[in-house]
Amino acid sequence: MSADLGLWAVPLAVLGGMLRVSTPFLFVSLGECVTEKSGRINLGLEGTLVFGAMAGYGGSLITGSPWLGVLVAGLAGVLFGLMHGLLCSLPRVNDIAVGIAMMLLGTGVAFFFGKPLIQPAAPMLPAIPFGAWSSLPQLRSALEVSPLFLIGIVVAALLAFMFKRTRLGLVIRMVGDSADAARAMGYSILPVRIGATAFGGFMAGVAGAYLSLYYPGSWNEHISSGQGLIAVALVIFARWNPFACFGAALLFGGAGALGPALQSVGVTEGYYLFYAAPYVLTLVILFFTSSRNRALEGAPRELSITK
Amino acid sequence: MSEIQQAAPIIRGLPRPLIGETAGRRLEAVLIPILALIAGLGLFGVFIALVGKSPEDFYYLVYRGGFGTWFSLQNTMTRTAPLLLTALCVALPAQLGLVVIGGEGAFVLGGLAAAAVGTWLAGAPAAVGIIAMALAGMALGGLWIGIVGALRHYRGVNETISSLLMAYIAIALMQHFVEGPLRDPASLNKPSTTPLPTAFRVGDMPGMDVHWGFAIGVLACLVAGFVLSRTTFGFAARIAGGNARAAAVQGLPVGRLILAFTAAAGAAAGLAGMIDVAAVQGSANASLIAGYGYTGILIAFLARQNPIAIIPMALLIGGIEAAGGLVQRRMDLPDATVLVLQGILFVAILVSETLSGRLLPALGPTRGGAK
Repeated sequence: MSADLGLWAVPLAVLGGMLRVSTPFLFVSLGECVTEKSGRINLGLEGTLVFGAMAGYGGSLITGSPWLGVLVAGLAGVLFGLMHGLLCSLPRVNDIAVGIAMMLLGTGVAFFFGKPLIQPAAPMLPAIPFGAWSSLPQLRSALEVSPLFLIGIVVAALLAFMFKRTRLGLVIRMVGDSADAARAMGYSILPVRIGATAFGGFMAGVAGAYLSLYYPGSWNEHISSGQGLIAVALVIFARWNPFACFGAALLFGGAGALGPALQSVGVTEGYYLFYAAPYVLTLVILFFTSSRNRALEGAPRELSITK
Repeated sequence: MSEIQQAAPIIRGLPRPLIGETAGRRLEAVLIPILALIAGLGLFGVFIALVGKSPEDFYYLVYRGGFGTWFSLQNTMTRTAPLLLTALCVALPAQLGLVVIGGEGAFVLGGLAAAAVGTWLAGAPAAVGIIAMALAGMALGGLWIGIVGALRHYRGVNETISSLLMAYIAIALMQHFVEGPLRDPASLNKPSTTPLPTAFRVGDMPGMDVHWGFAIGVLACLVAGFVLSRTTFGFAARIAGGNARAAAVQGLPVGRLILAFTAAAGAAAGLAGMIDVAAVQGSANASLIAGYGYTGILIAFLARQNPIAIIPMALLIGGIEAAGGLVQRRMDLPDATVLVLQGILFVAILVSETLSGRLLPALGPTRGGAK
């Protein structure tokens, strides 16, 4: 039984959608933030996300525990991250191009092994009912929050601390800013970059498990519609700052929730145009935050995408 | 970081066209992709064996279904037609060091524009209608990828990301128009635009079951290859792709080159969309979203961004896709098998780049061996 809220239902649905839709953006962008800080870009996270969704769903189905599914997805992501990291360590191999190839490969392998997983129902991740105090069903459903969302906030804080205050964070930043300086200090570049890419893969794998085990909460071949790629662009917008990644993820979650929210109150006109909102928003943001003549402020200087 | 490194090509490690290179480099340019293809096919064979199927059967069926008979060869050529043009959509900007991966967007919008113009011109002479449809598809496709080039040139927006975002926007726009303003009320189960008048349908080439799109695609690749290797315009593009700053210092119009090449790239993909509508679908609908734009990326990289080399590579990949159905039925493999094979080939060709300048060191000096 839902109370009649009129148009107030829209911001409420956007809020709820924001909390739900933003989590994969948050995880992918935090992982990619670390990768890019080390001077590499991995566009293949879109493929890792899809594979993580499949692996997480399968893991949950086989073990009966959705959290083990999340772990399986994360480890699968590490494999993809390691593959990208190792291949790009060969001389003359371009990280952007390998990312595109791995987008295709990850998606292909996920569909290949995921065919038998479309039918069966795997155990889902639980939700924390922060809205239990309310008598409004819409508010209760809007405030159901996944524990992964909260873990994502903690990871953002930990990463911000790591970059600012720890030796590891400093080494990653140095490798990403000047490989020559890092070499002169006696650090090897490649292990840092490979490790940073593997971490990015782990986070993207977890984000995939969130898609298939929480929201939308099923495995099919349309599970991701470019979230992995948007998240990569979002890191640029967030200026390689983990807290800004969190804000940006919320913003994109809200934009992604707009279409379904309007549809839920009966606005069906131009549904596809609202569906395109996150992509348009990303493009507009890239337009305003990019610059013709200079590298982006705060950009790791070894990063090929901003040169 | 030194000034010299600052002025490096926009994308380091992107395969460069090899014109005016030493004999050793030219031989390498053919040998390395062939080795990569063999290695990729071998790796995929291991994958097939690991999932408990026979690689021999797989490759035999691909040969039978894609190349072995006149029937399957015609099937392959039909499949290849749009891929030739969507691969050009990647290879043309690559001459300038740009990695554009949003050809899918120009493809679906080209198809939509062609369908809209074709419906609007119903009753006009066939030649007028078909030419207008082709121009409309090329114009909208060219505008779409041209915007990506303009964003890159005027605002420094990364073209790889923006082109893919534009592809998602294009698909949403196409679906909006097909299910909304341009929907044929008679199309109930599958929203489509009004079917094209029969006069505007592009037919088959004489003596075969392959539509004219294949010839148009081959011609486009040949023209692009000629322009790049034999005209000052193409020469200027290669200079700018090698070193944008040096080209600007020499007074080359780098900005105009970027706009021209991205617009031409989009026009190629838009034309592919028009051909798909006029020769295959008969109207614009969701069937346009078949991934031709994404397969084009793979083909362009396999061809090392060389327009002439696109023709054999597109036939190879088109043949593998054409055989997909047969392989699926006979071996009980999921349809994503072809995607896995494409992904492995893609990775193999990129990794093979690491051999360049090192495979045949004895045959002559090489360029830029160090990273």
